[in-house]
Amino acid sequence: MNPIPPEGMRALVQPGRVHKRLYTDPDIFELELERIFGSAWIYVGHESQVKSPGDFLATRIGRKPLLLVRDGEGKLRLLYNQCAHRGAMVVASEQGHSSELRCCYHGWTYHLDGRLKAAPLLHGYPPDFDPKSPALGMARVPRVASYRGFVFGSLTSDGPSLEDYLGYMRTSFDDMVDRAPDGALEVAGGVFKHTYRGNWKLYLENLCDAAHPLFTHQSSIDAAQQQSDAVYSDGSGEIAIRQMRQNGAPYSFWEANVGIWTYPNGHSFLGDYHDDAKLVAALNDPAFREYVAAMEAKKGKEGTKKILEVRRWNSNVYPNLSFMSQFQQLRVVHPLSVNETVVHTYCYRLQGAPARMFENTISFANTVNGTGSLVLTDDLEIYNRIGLGLSSGGPEWIEIGRGYQSDATAEHGGRRGKNSTSEVYIRNMFDAWLGYMVGERELPSARPRGPKIVAEMNR
Amino acid sequence: MSVTQRTSHSDQASHTGTRPRPLDAFTCEQFLVYEARLLDEARFDEWLNLFTPDAWYWVPSEPNQASPRDTVSLIYDDRRLLETRVRRLASPRIYSQEPRSRTSRIVANVTVEDITADGSAATVRSKFQLLEYRREHQRMFGGTCFHRLVQGDRGMQIAWKRVNLVNCDAPHEGLVVPF
Repeated sequence: MNPIPPEGMRALVQPGRVHKRLYTDPDIFELELERIFGSAWIYVGHESQVKSPGDFLATRIGRKPLLLVRDGEGKLRLLYNQCAHRGAMVVASEQGHSSELRCCYHGWTYHLDGRLKAAPLLHGYPPDFDPKSPALGMARVPRVASYRGFVFGSLTSDGPSLEDYLGYMRTSFDDMVDRAPDGALEVAGGVFKHTYRGNWKLYLENLCDAAHPLFTHQSSIDAAQQQSDAVYSDGSGEIAIRQMRQNGAPYSFWEANVGIWTYPNGHSFLGDYHDDAKLVAALNDPAFREYVAAMEAKKGKEGTKKILEVRRWNSNVYPNLSFMSQFQQLRVVHPLSVNETVVHTYCYRLQGAPARMFENTISFANTVNGTGSLVLTDDLEIYNRIGLGLSSGGPEWIEIGRGYQSDATAEHGGRRGKNSTSEVYIRNMFDAWLGYMVGERELPSARPRGPKIVAEMNR
Repeated sequence: MSVTQRTSHSDQASHTGTRPRPLDAFTCEQFLVYEARLLDEARFDEWLNLFTPDAWYWVPSEPNQASPRDTVSLIYDDRRLLETRVRRLASPRIYSQEPRSRTSRIVANVTVEDITADGSAATVRSKFQLLEYRREHQRMFGGTCFHRLVQGDRGMQIAWKRVNLVNCDAPHEGLVVPF
């Protein structure tokens, strides 16, 4: 790999444009895994997926397979999914429950917190072989923390706390959780996994892009607008079609009525463009009325009003998380190679809400995040075409300058676009990107070697 | 089986004043082959017309998925959304079908699993393999289909269709052409 010096890296990110190598260069991609995914707080799961001691969930940071475990004392552990003996991946299931973790190769067995519990034929090792040594356990990811049930891991042992890292974006998680009458969420309803042949950064760059729906989604907008409401629907199609029609709002609406806000560390959110009032409440949906009643019973009329009037569409947490509170959706972007990405999307059940509310969540997920969705499939095509287009000998620079002259400072250390179609949120992500890539944040390679590595070197 | 042959069944029924011909394994299999042909030939409007006015079409995201209501689905369309899906497939602005996919389907191992006493409705199980080619990439899908077929005034129709993909829970690129 050719190391790129900081000045070379800085030259790739200019005001209002970035060099296309950021999307095509395998060396830069490897550096991103090391410097961004190797140090930022990365979403690894939700506490409801590992509720009880012994529950585990396969997850990953970048390309590294990890295991999120609730240990015997109820503590969250994030382990590298690798046997300390000969390196086999210890747990092969995606999710499960176990009292210990056992490797399938020679039977090395670990406690839920990663410590070695037992291994056969210990008498065969040299006298200084110490089964109690942390070097012989499943290694722990240096940091794991959760905010209101959302669990993040960091591959470096120092750096900002999770709360500081999220900053004002914590309010988007609050918005997500506060909408549950009982004040808690539960991952439910399965997972979508979709893939495209393009760079991982393209995904979040699209999720707060208010300028694309009218054009990219023209086929589903037209089809939905021409759809007769007299045709039979069991309810699921009705929500889907309303969502697609709303994508067809004119540019004047996208420019003025949505809003785009950005915050330090690369985070951002797009204001709402079709809220409950247009989708669910507008159906005069009895489930939604029941839901509001359940909320008011727990949080009072005024409290409920305050919660439901927060209107955010996608909230992006850099580098690879995006979620949406009104229909309880969450997406995690997994980079596989410079030109290959997999996205996992999840739904959350609002605890204490009527069951029918979750059916709306599912219908919405199928429409917006479904691999066979009438909407998402055109976005995936765009990512593939960017991959193809950038491989041509065309312009070297990617234009991300819309709104550059008119961005304004916002409260809580943020910046916002004057118009909602400003690409300020992309520029904001590249500010964070550059910080990681030139080492203005402390890099793992620049720090002293950890005790585990030292122990291994001494053996 | 051609469209003409299909309509001839109901014509026959109406001419003679008898009930529609009861479903049997051969008729069901020929119907599935005809459906596959409509899809391969991108005759999506005609495909839509095979479905009853309150039909649903379902491609689960999980093996043995019990319900489309509490778990996400690769596709779950009620009749209204199915119409929208088919209308979009005809749009010149469906970028995910520019260029268009070409497909080749094989339907086999057809069995009638559940048939009413008068033979007017049956659940039919079949295996399928689907080859899809688009822009220098070829994909292979396979799995089990269940069709609820009903015989009525409009000939044989699909009351519901469920497609269990072998790799329903794998990461997929966009799924645009119906199974």
